[in-house]
Amino acid sequence: MLRFLLLRVLTTIPVLVLVTFVVFGLVLLIPGDPAVTIAGPDATVEQVAAIRERLGLDRSLLVQYWDWVTSAMSGDLGTSLYTSRAVATSIGDALPVSIALAGAALLVSLVIAVPTAIVSALRRGTWIDRVATLGSSLGIALPSFWLGLVFVLVFSLTLGWLPATGYVPFATDPAAWVTHLILPALTLGIAGAAESTRQLRGSIIGVLQQDYVRTARAKGLRGRMVVGKHVMKNASVPLVTVLGLQITALLGGAVLVEQVFGVPGLGQVAIAAVTTRDIPVIQGIVLVAVLVAVVCNLLVDLVYGYLNPKVRPR
Amino acid sequence: MTQSQTGPTTSELSVAPGAPAAAGLPAGTDVAAVAHPPVRHRGGAWSNFRRRVAKNTGAVIALGVLGLLVVIAVIAPWITPADPNQQDLRSVLLPPFSDGYLLGSDQLGRDILSRLIMGTRVSLLAIVLALAVAMVIGVPAGFLSGFLGGRFDMLVMRLNDAAMSFPPLLLAIALVGVLGPSLRNAMIAVGILLAPRFLRLVRGVVIGLKEETFVEASRSIGTRTRTIIVRHILPNTLSPLTVAIAVTAGYAMLSEAGLSFLGLGVQPPDASWGSMIREGFLYVGRAPWLGIFPGVLIALTVFTFVTLGDGLRDALGREERTES
Repeated sequence: MLRFLLLRVLTTIPVLVLVTFVVFGLVLLIPGDPAVTIAGPDATVEQVAAIRERLGLDRSLLVQYWDWVTSAMSGDLGTSLYTSRAVATSIGDALPVSIALAGAALLVSLVIAVPTAIVSALRRGTWIDRVATLGSSLGIALPSFWLGLVFVLVFSLTLGWLPATGYVPFATDPAAWVTHLILPALTLGIAGAAESTRQLRGSIIGVLQQDYVRTARAKGLRGRMVVGKHVMKNASVPLVTVLGLQITALLGGAVLVEQVFGVPGLGQVAIAAVTTRDIPVIQGIVLVAVLVAVVCNLLVDLVYGYLNPKVRPR
Repeated sequence: MTQSQTGPTTSELSVAPGAPAAAGLPAGTDVAAVAHPPVRHRGGAWSNFRRRVAKNTGAVIALGVLGLLVVIAVIAPWITPADPNQQDLRSVLLPPFSDGYLLGSDQLGRDILSRLIMGTRVSLLAIVLALAVAMVIGVPAGFLSGFLGGRFDMLVMRLNDAAMSFPPLLLAIALVGVLGPSLRNAMIAVGILLAPRFLRLVRGVVIGLKEETFVEASRSIGTRTRTIIVRHILPNTLSPLTVAIAVTAGYAMLSEAGLSFLGLGVQPPDASWGSMIREGFLYVGRAPWLGIFPGVLIALTVFTFVTLGDGLRDALGREERTES
């Protein structure tokens, strides 16, 4: 197990190095002279020169990359071109909000997906299964931000049950924190639930067709025992994979949902940065989001290795 | 379209029962196929696939709906009841079924129905662009990676791992942020995002095909590598690719809608369904229908793509079903 752990941690290093190349390389993609483009059409020569110096564009590419990576590793992601705030501070403020939203959405998606997938796989081909399959296809097809709009329309504007926008930190008022989080989490979670239901249903059906399930049934084990002891135990392994995929997808999807509900998470910071071409902020957010995704997936893989000894190297 | 083409191919199959499609057949029948120049068996797996698709009700209905959307997109400028960009500030935010505005008007008094019809064109074009970018990157890379194997494969797969560790939408947003917001840039970004899907699929299929008996047989009688690729490998990647295109098109549409909703995709006064939801969002309290209609259209179209993808996957031969 220790060897598996070490090996798995080591394989993420080349991926992370490649990711830093890509994130750093974003600057190179700016059409024309980056300093001129960032400064905007009305900038003076001095302003352009100042931006060039602040971004370090006057030095060689390799030096620029090395500086960027080493300061990023020490937690310094540069300063915003627009607000002159440290990028790390803006991200530090927004990240807990995004994590709370993504975590709540993950909870919603699992609460919906796991029971639906189990029932639908066990009653394969019946009307319940067909409704569940249709529902999950529809769930994938609904644009999350549109679903958010409909939720705001129904639950906030018409029924007045929940606040339409905004966010209250947990420390300020836990009750308000919950009510402000319900609609965004539901919106984001439903999209994830649809995807997870489809994958889980498939893997449970796969387990149901295994020989050991047939044997268990043949030796007269009761249906509930077969499902509980054999099917669910083995189907929980793919559930872990689904979790890993979900985390990356939720971090991306959160951007849209945050925009709809005015939740001040990473997505809001990202959109603000993108509209002002605030390159250091964009780079910082992408880097942090990838790090979160990579670490989560690493944890998922380690759990996977723990649950399923077959994937561990011997 | 499908029916007119199934005719000749079925007769081809009856002439040569050992066509490349029948990879699962016993070796005895394969000899006949190898002995004759295999020109006439071209696309054996492909024509089997098309026959099975024609029998799948869900897939046929989905194809019909998509065909209708394509027709609407093509003839859009001629069927809009009004100029989609014509403003009329005396009749803003009219509800559906108003006089002269079947689905109502928006905040600038533009006809929503006309904008939805023109939006069909923008939304479908966006999908085509994103898929083209994704395939231009993913298909050759996946093919070479699977065919050559070794160090090249390892390098490509590491790059692929790195690409897949980015939260999808966030990478697109960053790319658009750097390149500047426009529909073209947004769809290039979405294409880059979707490329790994094609890469993995094609690589998997090619690796599987390399081991197939008919490829080995062809190689053993001295067929040149180029001929093997053109005659045996490429045609057999067609049907799995079609499935991937259908599934991916749905994602491309949702991504375009998302980016346009954020204001990073299509720019005003042009409209896609996604950007119309953005406008509708600003008036959600006063004119909810503004955002509702385009959302319903997006959901229906993506649902059609998902259904088509499921139907096409069911129509794949057993030998073609790789993990994807």
